[in-house]
Amino acid sequence: MMKVYDNAAKALDGLLFDGMFVAAGGFGLSGIPELLLQAIKEAGTKDLTFASNNAGVDDFGIGILLQTRQVKKMLSSYVGENAEFMRQYLSGELELEFNPQGTLAERMRAGGCGIPGFYTKTGVGTVIAEGKEHKDFKGETYILEEGIFADLSIVKAWKGDPTGNLIFRKTARNFNPPAAMCGKVCVAEVEEIVPTGSLDPDHIHLPGIYVHRIIEGEHEKRIEQRTVREA
Amino acid sequence: MWDRNEMAARAGKELRDGWYVNLGIGIPTLVSNYIPEGVEVTLQSENGMLGMGPFPISGEEDPDLINAGKQTITELPQTAYFDSAQSFGMIRGGKIAMAILGAMEVAENGDLANWMIPGKLVKGMGGAMDLVAGVGRVVVVMDHTNRAGESKVLKACTLPLTGKAVVDRIITNLGVLDVVEGGLKIVETASGVSEADLRAATEASIV
Repeated sequence: MMKVYDNAAKALDGLLFDGMFVAAGGFGLSGIPELLLQAIKEAGTKDLTFASNNAGVDDFGIGILLQTRQVKKMLSSYVGENAEFMRQYLSGELELEFNPQGTLAERMRAGGCGIPGFYTKTGVGTVIAEGKEHKDFKGETYILEEGIFADLSIVKAWKGDPTGNLIFRKTARNFNPPAAMCGKVCVAEVEEIVPTGSLDPDHIHLPGIYVHRIIEGEHEKRIEQRTVREA
Repeated sequence: MWDRNEMAARAGKELRDGWYVNLGIGIPTLVSNYIPEGVEVTLQSENGMLGMGPFPISGEEDPDLINAGKQTITELPQTAYFDSAQSFGMIRGGKIAMAILGAMEVAENGDLANWMIPGKLVKGMGGAMDLVAGVGRVVVVMDHTNRAGESKVLKACTLPLTGKAVVDRIITNLGVLDVVEGGLKIVETASGVSEADLRAATEASIV
């Protein structure tokens, strides 16, 4: 079992193909797999479908793959920070499937747990429910949402060990665990690979069974809305 | 008439000791400045945090610590972090007592529209649809009228819905209204606003 790779390009070698479905972790610009996204840009893989809560900004995150027209479709809950996204969407170049944020997270989690569908109240009576199966449980109406099964998961963690056990930091955890779970293969980038045995087994956030390849690298970790109070 | 801070202060009176609460972006965020004395609430941020603290002082911003509005924040001694699936599990599962959020339109049956203006604004619903469908109580805080002076409290929403029959209480610059059988009920009026003023500014039926 050799999960550690030298860099993002090597870790993605043999996994990328045109038209593939990628699940990506991150919320806003926090906890996004920035090194793997850059490597996908450099690999030039086309017609990608991304399940990702957001689409980055114009020059960071998934935004860099929009600039190069590598993305065909997005499954997201909020894309408001990205002018190029809006331009491509309104001109019909880019497909967009809005998912309520919790529905998107649960679709990923469900896919990773072998659950092809689940019922939720979220979105009942809205455009999200159109065309979906409705079912009543104890007098309340729910809609059927499907699990996500991606070709590839790309995630960012704080620390990992060579067996793929991951630990996240603060709110940078966000979509990373569910995104990691729902792909056939998962590649993780971390700020530090620590020796096996140095992470407390009781404190592992995502067990290595979900992580097939891992790289260590320098992260920019950009802040989207710097907000401070008076000292 | 109440200003933004007075509306937030009025919304603060909705909080009860021990509650877990989710505050939306805009005026709802200000509610955290008006938590009544003796009331302890835990703020949830749906990107994966319970026990949200104030904005950091300059120099202590952390890119790994943001709220759902992508603003830098801080943690508290009781803070807990978790992933997005668990975060919305506690929302969908009814563990969050109340959500306070903004709106573009609210209807007399409790319908809420706050995520999209067709042809103009396509940013996405984020977690709003999950919140209004899942939490125990939904309180809307918004201006009573739009920039053109038209009522945002309507008989029926014209914009795409965020949730159907989900709003319990509406707090505006003119007063407080509850969604009840048959329409809206006036709970109180803002300082300097008469009941007649409130009725005149409201398109929805007041019972």
